[in-house]
Amino acid sequence: MKEEFITINGCRIFLQRGGEGPPLLWLHGAGGGGRWTPALQRLARRFDVIAPEHPGFGRSDTPAWFDNIHDVAYCVLDLLRALDLRGVHMVGASLGGWVAAEAAVRSTDRLASLTLIGPAGLHMKGVPRPDTFLWTDEEATRALFHDQSLADAMLAVEPDEAEQDRRLKNRFATARLAWAPRWFDPHLEKWLHRIDVPTLVAWGAEDRYLPQVYAAHWGGRIPGSEVHVFPDCGHSPQSEKMDAFCTLLEDFTARIGR
Amino acid sequence: MRFFFFHLMPYAPLDPDYDKIHRSSWVTLPNDYYDPELGAELYNRYLDELEYAAELGFEGIGVNEHHQNAYGLMPCPNVFAGMLARRIPATAKIAILGRALPVLANPLSVAEEFAVLDNVTRGRIITGFVRGIGAEYHSLAVNPTESHARFHEAHDLIVQAWTKPGPFTFEGKYYHFPHVNLWPRVYQEPHPPIWIPSQGSRETIEFAAAPDRRYVYLQTAAPAATLFRTMQGYRDEALRQGYQSSPDQLGWSIKIYVAETDEAARREARPHIESFANKFLRMPQEMLLPPGYTSLASMKGLINSRKTITGGYRTMEQMLEQGTFICGSPQTVIELLAEYQRRGGFNLVMAGLHFGTLPHELTRKNLELFAREVMPALKGAVPGEVPRVAAA
Repeated sequence: MKEEFITINGCRIFLQRGGEGPPLLWLHGAGGGGRWTPALQRLARRFDVIAPEHPGFGRSDTPAWFDNIHDVAYCVLDLLRALDLRGVHMVGASLGGWVAAEAAVRSTDRLASLTLIGPAGLHMKGVPRPDTFLWTDEEATRALFHDQSLADAMLAVEPDEAEQDRRLKNRFATARLAWAPRWFDPHLEKWLHRIDVPTLVAWGAEDRYLPQVYAAHWGGRIPGSEVHVFPDCGHSPQSEKMDAFCTLLEDFTARIGR
Repeated sequence: MRFFFFHLMPYAPLDPDYDKIHRSSWVTLPNDYYDPELGAELYNRYLDELEYAAELGFEGIGVNEHHQNAYGLMPCPNVFAGMLARRIPATAKIAILGRALPVLANPLSVAEEFAVLDNVTRGRIITGFVRGIGAEYHSLAVNPTESHARFHEAHDLIVQAWTKPGPFTFEGKYYHFPHVNLWPRVYQEPHPPIWIPSQGSRETIEFAAAPDRRYVYLQTAAPAATLFRTMQGYRDEALRQGYQSSPDQLGWSIKIYVAETDEAARREARPHIESFANKFLRMPQEMLLPPGYTSLASMKGLINSRKTITGGYRTMEQMLEQGTFICGSPQTVIELLAEYQRRGGFNLVMAGLHFGTLPHELTRKNLELFAREVMPALKGAVPGEVPRVAAA
């Protein structure tokens, strides 16, 4: 895996890239990127995995144009063009799933498929959701997982100062994108039918950030999409059910033959 | 020294055990803790207290803005100013400190409301602009990362609406108006005074002290040591920008209780000031400091210090020691205020003579003793050479 910066529309974007195979663009969630996680390591056996940090997050710049989720989506499309990638499997988790969907309704020209893991971005009236901005760090971490031993392990690691700074920056960037309207774009849902590449929607059955009913809702809005729900799993199937998730994704991309 | 009486209008009958179940008296405290019958009584009582202060000879009375909480029941300070405007003697001013500009939908309507009040009172209003505290961004679902930018743009819009001949076009990022054309125009020339209440951020001091503004900077909710530093910071900033600031550009918002003796004052004030600090001001860090409310660097400092109003139980003695509360006989209070003025160099005192659960009778007594015993003794007090401290 190598790390580099690429400049998109005047914004330095931090990028991790590793593996061989068809390109797979990984879009991180609100907790931030810049970590070559076990899921990325495994996917790099079959794919050329490209994992940028969004503008405003981690080691990437916070450009003057960083106002809303659309800016991040256009930045992703510019990034695909700048890297001259085609036939891309675009995968986004949580906030990153929202970014991926926003990018895909704008253009699927460079995409082979779309995978959304517990994506934010839509709002179902009457379905209660937690106020994640009122959670303490510990509450936010505990809510990520169904298996609390994973939360315990994560909480046991004391972040160094650089990591603390990145977390704070990520919180700021997340608030900029998701504070109001809270975690959704009222104009996204009406254009989801434009997504014309094979799409997989993955969800943890015990997701405490975004309840599982959203999985079917997304599935119903994106033509021909598949929905998979992982039992005994929280908001991050890619870490809590890493092997099962990666197998699912590998099978999906193999099945669509691209 | 010039004196104003400031009311927060807390929901005093709040069940003090609410904090066994709920984290805060803000944002998410269920509103079935509020009893409209008691609330109706309370509003009328608090308005009586404000009117009484105006009669007792304070230069003015002050109201402010907070949303969805038990700490302060004035979501719409201009409504309160309107209720008071024609009830108080024509000698008294009304200070509205302040409107929380970024959390309001349309700042042009703030310019309009202030202009109406300015006309009706024939120029006896003082306006104030704030960003609102962090919890307000939760309560009104306004993005805290836009707080600074919205504040500055809304401020510019309001001041231009007051001072530029209309109609004109205002072209901002957040506020865009093809026709700004205020009816009525403001009464005071060039516009009503603007005061900036703040907890003391560097950016706010620079903003208020700028030579084309020279707004009154009002230090709120801070220990005396912070007060001395921010006052110094303002004077230094003025000098840096080429002018000498006046003590009338500097104010302190401070809770005060006066009784016949020091002992009586402490005994009478204790439960009520402690309820203010520990029940009404109770707020977890996530509420107080939403992401983006300050710069990254400031936020890091605030989180690291953790010496915020979210800490453990605060006793009256700690508050007296820190200088976040003044309490005692008239003579004690006179001496303390004179000493704080000597070291702070301010000339405006926004006296919080009601706080927490302080009952009506004690509030009246406090107002009377303060107006009759303390104010006359300090009327002619002006700051001399202020001992230098490191500026904020």
